[in-house]
Amino acid sequence: MSKAPKKFDNDPSTTGHEWDGIEEFNNPLPRWWLWVFYATIVWGIGYTIAYPAWPGISNATAGVMGWSTRAIIAADLKEAEDKLAPINAKLEAAELTEIASDPELGPYAVSAGSAVFKTWCAQCHGSGAAGAKGYPNLLDNDWLWGGDIEAIYTTISHGIRNEDDDDARYSEMPAFGELLEKEEIDQVVNFVMSLSGEAPDPSLVAAGAVVYEDNCSACHMEDGTGDREQGAPNLVDAIWLYGGDYDTLKETVTYSRYGVMPPWSRDASSAGRLTEAQVRAVSAYVHQLGGGE
Amino acid sequence: MAVTLGIYYLTPWLRWDRGPSLPDQAVLIDMANRRFFFFMIEIWPHEFYFVAGLLIMAGLGLFLFTSALGRVWCGYACPQTVWTDLFILVERWIEGDRNARLRLHRQKKLDFRKVRLRITKWISWLLIAMATGGAWVFYFADAPTLAINLVTGAAHPIAYTTIAILTFTTFLFGGFAREQICIYACPWPRIQAAMMDEDTLTIGYRDWRGEPRGKVQKGKESETGDCINCMACVNVCPMGIDIRDGQQMECITCGLCIDACDDIMEKIGKPRGLIDYLALSDEERERSGEPPRSVWKHAFRPRTIMYTTLWSLVGIGLVVALFLRSDIEATVAPVRNPTYVTLSDGSIRNTYEVRLRNKHGDDRMFRISLKGDPALRVQIEGTPYEAVPVPADQMRNQRVYVIAPAGSLPADSETTPFRFWFEDVSNGDRVYKDTIFNGKAQ
Repeated sequence: MSKAPKKFDNDPSTTGHEWDGIEEFNNPLPRWWLWVFYATIVWGIGYTIAYPAWPGISNATAGVMGWSTRAIIAADLKEAEDKLAPINAKLEAAELTEIASDPELGPYAVSAGSAVFKTWCAQCHGSGAAGAKGYPNLLDNDWLWGGDIEAIYTTISHGIRNEDDDDARYSEMPAFGELLEKEEIDQVVNFVMSLSGEAPDPSLVAAGAVVYEDNCSACHMEDGTGDREQGAPNLVDAIWLYGGDYDTLKETVTYSRYGVMPPWSRDASSAGRLTEAQVRAVSAYVHQLGGGE
Repeated sequence: MAVTLGIYYLTPWLRWDRGPSLPDQAVLIDMANRRFFFFMIEIWPHEFYFVAGLLIMAGLGLFLFTSALGRVWCGYACPQTVWTDLFILVERWIEGDRNARLRLHRQKKLDFRKVRLRITKWISWLLIAMATGGAWVFYFADAPTLAINLVTGAAHPIAYTTIAILTFTTFLFGGFAREQICIYACPWPRIQAAMMDEDTLTIGYRDWRGEPRGKVQKGKESETGDCINCMACVNVCPMGIDIRDGQQMECITCGLCIDACDDIMEKIGKPRGLIDYLALSDEERERSGEPPRSVWKHAFRPRTIMYTTLWSLVGIGLVVALFLRSDIEATVAPVRNPTYVTLSDGSIRNTYEVRLRNKHGDDRMFRISLKGDPALRVQIEGTPYEAVPVPADQMRNQRVYVIAPAGSLPADSETTPFRFWFEDVSNGDRVYKDTIFNGKAQ
């Protein structure tokens, strides 16, 4: 025989459920807790009305408050732009050559230019501006189109060999594979290599000089120092954009090279992406990387 | 109490001349410019190890004092104790002695006198608390300027917020929480147990002398001990404990019970020292009738000597470091993107990001040179000169190039170590940094 279950002194009420003599106490949630729970439900409904919440087919409900992270970012960007507007106006008004020595504009142009460079230029020229094969190294003191701030500014504004900007820097070496015999190319490559070092086959240098004189000296100059007006590279220095070994040079002479850069200035071309102030800033940045003239 | 409070309130008002472009406040934590001034010492953020060293010394000092003298920090120097004492002092002035205060506390009726006393007391506390919070912010800005700004309402909101928070905490902790802070909020009472041993001087009750407790009966040879159970020691205890129960976590060794008991002992004509500073190791000796060992024997033991040694070593290290540090400083970071650049004449150029720090109160010119392979040559970006100006108390980031001519050994080798020298042109002070030159071969 089982004993009657001992009740507690204060005998709490039960839910009335019973399984084999086991009863369930009725322990309701504390009142305040329950009401807080109801309040969160009400608040949650209000929240889904006020803020973007319910997913739809292509978009979520926008919410009556019009809150959106994109709008916040746009506002932040606008605010930053407005804050920088005065100094950007100053930058646009300043003489290019005066920017670096200006105590306010100089540091600003370099740090702003660094940000522009890392956003738009680093893809080709590298984050350290050391370039790569076919993409000029901006740290050295060899420039195809000139390394003073004005020349750098023009190059960045209009770009190189593009169709979007009529003022783009333009030079095009013919593909000499169609114009010269194979032996002649061999000879001229040996001659060019002899300008800055040693030719692999010195016996061909004399013949190469003649080929060079007839075909190359108009742009690269008779002494091989190149011509910045035409963007013709200097052939006597230690820097090669595509490489200075025999095979690469032969390839360059036979097929020519055609490196391009887009125009960056919005004012210069519809394809441009940078404002005048940004172009000036990145010009100042590139100019102070170590090769500026 | 007067000493510690005086130091706290007056320090920000001390002046110290550092030259035209530096603040003249003797002790100043300049958050905005990231400088810490302490009399003739100026600490830049990268020298924060000095502060860490001071904190280590403070920690070791605390260990030393605790192991030798028990919780003297808690009883005499802790801000919680000092401000509580100050608040109790104010309370005594306004409401009278302990019995009067107790009466007032128990009085249920809120008559005019009680309201007046309470409000006076609370306003006095509040004023002290505000002065405390106010003094704190003076450590972070020029005190006279800030004082004027605070009154005119022109000071930064952070200053007001800080004052408000500190006013509130001082008022609450000093006026109402008091020993609750020590018992429930402060970790030190728990840690101190590990610092103390049987040789530590602490407050103790000579129970072999006092027990059994009982009233003094005139003219009769007493069978009871010296303790007459007058409860004076319990009544004065700020922590509300009975020291006769033995050592307790709550005891902050303030010594009030000693004074109270000695008064009573004198009145009943018994020797003083029923409650006294004593080491636990002496208890055995005294029970067996031997005299206690001298204080010095307690104080000098391996543990305290070790703490003192460590403390001194850290201190000496800090002082030496303080005198060895230079007023000019430089760091050099070789640029690794790219590691080197070939120039059109075939020479190899490396770039270094150099940080120059001028800790003087005036502008200085720093000459940059190098010592190493004779082929190497220095060139400073943006200037044809070999020196650059660094403004007073500022740091300058400067790109510096090192060039090795084509065909030279450094140009063709993997790496070449060399040393940059940075010299203060005005007085010849110089510092160096060793770095490497990356050649073509790497």
